[in-house]
Amino acid sequence: MALSPADRALLAALEEGLPLVPRPFAALGARLGLGEAEVLARLAALRAAGVINRAGLIVRHRELGFRANAMVVLDVPDDELQAAGTRLAREPSVSLCYARPRRPPLWPYNLFSMVHGRERRETLREVHAILMRTGLEAVPRAVLFSTRRFIQRAARYAPIEAGAAETPA
Amino acid sequence: MRRGHLDPVDRVIVVALQRGVPIVERPFAELAASLETTEEAVVARLARLVSTGLVSRFAPMLDAEKLGGAVSLCAMAVPPDRFDEVATILAAMPEVAHNYEREHRFNMWFVLAVERPEDLPKAIARIEAVTGLSVLDLPKLEEYRLELVLPV
Repeated sequence: MALSPADRALLAALEEGLPLVPRPFAALGARLGLGEAEVLARLAALRAAGVINRAGLIVRHRELGFRANAMVVLDVPDDELQAAGTRLAREPSVSLCYARPRRPPLWPYNLFSMVHGRERRETLREVHAILMRTGLEAVPRAVLFSTRRFIQRAARYAPIEAGAAETPA
Repeated sequence: MRRGHLDPVDRVIVVALQRGVPIVERPFAELAASLETTEEAVVARLARLVSTGLVSRFAPMLDAEKLGGAVSLCAMAVPPDRFDEVATILAAMPEVAHNYEREHRFNMWFVLAVERPEDLPKAIARIEAVTGLSVLDLPKLEEYRLELVLPV
């Protein structure tokens, strides 16, 4: 989608954070010289075009007590990948699920998902339960817990920014 | 501290708004009504959650690829005694959006996001040159789920 200068200005302003007032889109428009109705129409169009995936709160997992966050990676046969990804994605505690390339011999895994929990044993139990339910318990896998977070910020797309929500926590 | 500092009303607000803010004139009205409170009270709680750092921002998630950019998940196997040094190098690069330490031989996992697809290999080459370490480039091939709703 080709963005107009007004769309870019709007996304850049929104990226700073939605104004915390009862009519935030009117406040946003006032900053940019746009009316509330125009802001709403443009944002609806950007969402319909898929440029905006979602506009909501971005939480800090660790600060909210989710300290046992696992990236679960699987080596699924190529002809089963789509079906396995679709099954995993239906699991409520899987927040992200992507197919990515293998990089043999260093990296044999092609299906990535994130499972969040408050403590490690609980997360591991949940991972095991998910793999049993999805019939993936026998597939080679690794579970990578995060231990530290160094940066969590929006990726920059001058003049606007994109929240790259690839691997939270 | 378990569950951060969220009280039950905070939790309802956080769960509802992670799913997205309705793009309407008064996006907090319905939530306020369901909580039997006012929009001003919802907004005041949100401001407090942002100021205490439990919530980082209230912002749109944009699709980098639809905007003409590119994103990739990358990993490096960093010798433990160089970990902080390499993390500091990445933190100074505007293309690096997230960086997490994970327990694995590949112990550093970060997201690269660039404005133009051709900048991605350049950023990777720069990281490899500066750190002397090789980067695994693992771009998304297919997305099955993108949902960032934590059941707080």
